[in-house]
Amino acid sequence: MNKLISTAALLAIAVAASTVGASARDQIQVSGSSTVLPYAKIVAESFGETFPNFKTPVVESGGSGAGIKEFCKGVGEETIDIANSSRPIKDAELKSCVDAGVKDVEEIRIGYDGIVFATDIKGPDWKITPKDIYLALAAQIVVDGKLVDNPNAKWNQVNPNLPDWDIAAYIPGEKHGTREVFEEKLMTGGCKATGAADAIKKLGLDDKAAAAACVKIRKDGKAIDIDGDYPETLARIDANKTGVGVFGLAFYENNADKLKVASVSDVVPSTETIATGKYPVSRPLFFYVKKAHLGVIPGLKEYVDFFLSDQMIGDDSPLVEYGLVAAPDAERKAQRDAFAAGTTMKN
Amino acid sequence: MTDIALNPAAVSARPARRDIGLKRRYAAERRFRLYGIIAIAIGIFFLFALLYSVFSNGYTAFWQTEVNLSINLDPKIIDPDNKRATDPNVLLTANYPLLARNALAEKLGVSQSDKPGLRELGKLFSDGVRGQLRELVAGNPALIGTTQNVWVLTGADIDSAFKGQIDLSVDQTRRKVSDKQVEWMNKLKGEGAMAQRFNTGLFTYGASSRPETSGLSVALIGSLYMMLIVLCLSLPIGVAASIYLEEYAKKSRLTDIIEVNINNLAAVPSIVFGLLGLAVFINFLHMPRSASLVGGLVLTLMTLPTIIIATRAALRAVPPSIRAAALGIGASKTQMVFHHVLPLAAPGILTGTIIGLAHALGETAPLLLIGMVAFVANNPVTPLDPATALPVQIYMWANEAERAFVERTSGAIIVLLLFLAVMNITAIILRRRFERRW
Repeated sequence: MNKLISTAALLAIAVAASTVGASARDQIQVSGSSTVLPYAKIVAESFGETFPNFKTPVVESGGSGAGIKEFCKGVGEETIDIANSSRPIKDAELKSCVDAGVKDVEEIRIGYDGIVFATDIKGPDWKITPKDIYLALAAQIVVDGKLVDNPNAKWNQVNPNLPDWDIAAYIPGEKHGTREVFEEKLMTGGCKATGAADAIKKLGLDDKAAAAACVKIRKDGKAIDIDGDYPETLARIDANKTGVGVFGLAFYENNADKLKVASVSDVVPSTETIATGKYPVSRPLFFYVKKAHLGVIPGLKEYVDFFLSDQMIGDDSPLVEYGLVAAPDAERKAQRDAFAAGTTMKN
Repeated sequence: MTDIALNPAAVSARPARRDIGLKRRYAAERRFRLYGIIAIAIGIFFLFALLYSVFSNGYTAFWQTEVNLSINLDPKIIDPDNKRATDPNVLLTANYPLLARNALAEKLGVSQSDKPGLRELGKLFSDGVRGQLRELVAGNPALIGTTQNVWVLTGADIDSAFKGQIDLSVDQTRRKVSDKQVEWMNKLKGEGAMAQRFNTGLFTYGASSRPETSGLSVALIGSLYMMLIVLCLSLPIGVAASIYLEEYAKKSRLTDIIEVNINNLAAVPSIVFGLLGLAVFINFLHMPRSASLVGGLVLTLMTLPTIIIATRAALRAVPPSIRAAALGIGASKTQMVFHHVLPLAAPGILTGTIIGLAHALGETAPLLLIGMVAFVANNPVTPLDPATALPVQIYMWANEAERAFVERTSGAIIVLLLFLAVMNITAIILRRRFERRW
């Protein structure tokens, strides 16, 4: 028994030791946004099928911020090659990249994603505006010229055209990239439209603090942060038939037999209305590539070329079928040209 | 005594019983039994609620809808320029889905000029047909030009509709299957050409963005590698550490500190081990990301305290008389430990190890940080290749948007539960079989 144990231990330690300084990586590694994940998966899978001489890339998901952080760890085989992101990289993040030796980062925009409001399919039709959203969900609103804590408890108090439902909105939590778009496109707009922005400014806050106060969400349990993914939001709507949830367009389209989508400012979200810019709540999706890894990691250049090709992100492509909103032709061409020229971001 | 004095009627009949609180004590016992039964009932209720929800959602994942097609492996489509003798890539990149579409169009009588009809038809079967036919043709090029009868996976939405998971009563614009496709589906079903067959793909496919071709194989292999690594590392290290602490080390302040630390480590949240693994194995030792080797090492660190605690308890349970007898007939201390104490403690050690392994099998949090929560399509060959684990696959499927992943999530949970049950039953059998009583 003791001989057996000691042999096994030695063997295990030998295996562990032999892997330090392992052989060259032959697989692309991608990390980042969970919004981009389904698209990256489709591309990775088709890439593996189309190029039998390359392995299928490994795609992790942990959120845009976590992916960029991993991306900015440095250059080398043990670091990832691509970071997916549902928002542009921040200056501070780019700086940390450069400090760690990742000097040349190429930014690639793959298309657009829409953010929709949806209710249970059996509910009435919803038409909302940023103003309604602000009045229903803001921490403070203007009543009779004064800034007070949000007193609205029902949607029809916000706008008589909305149903007589208790306000219960399931919105993305603060770690989501979607939350930023929600704040930027809806809350800020609603803040201005209701006059709350002026009232907040009168309090004597500087611009930054005023902008932050504008997007502050009420904390009395009527607006519920969802830190998980969209299936969790869907489960909440299933449980509370008078709840309103925030979803990505692709998720809604996959579950359109359970959800009814709301129009925002009289525009019904669809790939067309988002591509033309009519639908107000949309955002571009990105990924970032390490230039130093191109030509070192086998298949990386081919993967990016494949991702940018019209057969992946053009009209009628599998990504568009899944819910991505294709960028206009000229923009797609510009992205391809920039990658071919090796344009990097300015540090 | 005062009772008797106060109760003359009882005195006159027969000597009264002393009140020793029997009634109260019986009542207390009955109450406690009731509490116990309620506690067990609550536990069983939640267990059954869990099992019911998992099994009712998940059993359908083990059957997958397939459609039977007579596919004509037309050389004009596979190899239009007749170059397959010189260029092996022709067979790899041929337009196989077109072959399946033509076969289906013929079967359902859809004309080749009906483009929108053909497009809808193309969604009846899975794109995985490309790989399936490629394997068939590349494996045996002589088949080109013949007609083969093949079962082909249907698309995930058709599969969900076939299983009744999509609400067909809503308008067709609001669901993923059109009325036309439902009509075709029912026609094929009536002819017996579309049926549910056992889903071997669930165990042989890796991760995929298409629900119908996504399976657990990468996760199963990754979990297997990690369990092997955990077993090979944590058992010898854990047993050696506990034997030393229990049999050799003198009790001192140092061993006390070690003991407290081991007990503490057993309760540390597993994500902490993930952070440690990221810092030590990946950033410092430059091991590859997403590899099951790193996962196994992290889980080893996590399992060690559990094994050490179980092993020490098992060693302590061996009666001192055995030790004294061994030493008394002239055995050395090492002989006493390895010839007498360790064999008697083995069932306890194995039980502890298996429970520790089962715990490690169900972990996701530490794997998140070392890159194992990932989309991995290629089966890992060595522990250095990227892999995932069973609970990770469950987590990833639970976050998918497509309806068909709901049943797969529950199906994967069933597979994981089976693994855990097998491990725990093994632990019980080992204990029953080798347990000694003194």
